[in-house]
Amino acid sequence: MEPWEEEEGPEVVKRFMYVNRRAPYGTIYALECLEVVLIAAAFDQDVSVVFVDDGVYQLKNNQDTGGIGMKNFSKTYRALDDYDVEKIYVERESLDQRGLTADDLIIPVEVVATDKLREIMAQQDVVISS
Amino acid sequence: MSKMLHLVNKSPFDRNALDSCLRLAEAGSSVLLIEDGVYAAMRKATSAEAISKRVGDLTFYVLGPDVSARGLDDTPLIDGIAVVDYGGFVDLVVEHEVAQSWL
Repeated sequence: MEPWEEEEGPEVVKRFMYVNRRAPYGTIYALECLEVVLIAAAFDQDVSVVFVDDGVYQLKNNQDTGGIGMKNFSKTYRALDDYDVEKIYVERESLDQRGLTADDLIIPVEVVATDKLREIMAQQDVVISS
Repeated sequence: MSKMLHLVNKSPFDRNALDSCLRLAEAGSSVLLIEDGVYAAMRKATSAEAISKRVGDLTFYVLGPDVSARGLDDTPLIDGIAVVDYGGFVDLVVEHEVAQSWL
């Protein structure tokens, strides 16, 4: 066997979590993280996406960026479902603090309390925060 | 001519720029919330009290295009905050002796 012909081992699926903590337009972090998630989704791993702190603002519905000359990327979150990214968690405490509810968000999510989110986070193999 | 125009462009949950601004702004001056600073204008957020208790002695403005971009057109703002457009932003800068950005 040549060196480049790797032996096919049992497929290893790792648990990847992407933690969004920033509002969408003031910095580039939110858009960059969304692009990373969509790319990573192509690799058939166990992907979950989390929105906490100001990250919950990324999912606010009715965004209209016509007046500020920036790309409205909020609709792209709807593509997560097409990429089979179905584990989308939003921390309840972060929503409450900002006077928001799940009804204010552009996609269906699982709203979880801090205690639950801590458990889910502890089970991950890789956690990427932005 | 009014005194100072304070510009705040950071989320009140992410940075303490708004708190510092409100602590140091002299009565009679104005505060314009722009970019991520507009989140501080949301009435139902826990950050609202800091602004609402100063509506009497400071004049508050929020930049409309930044409100719309963040999907907050349907979200009630704190009473007493006036919405301005980019033209209004320019007018405010001209009408005040000094503009200070709380970066």
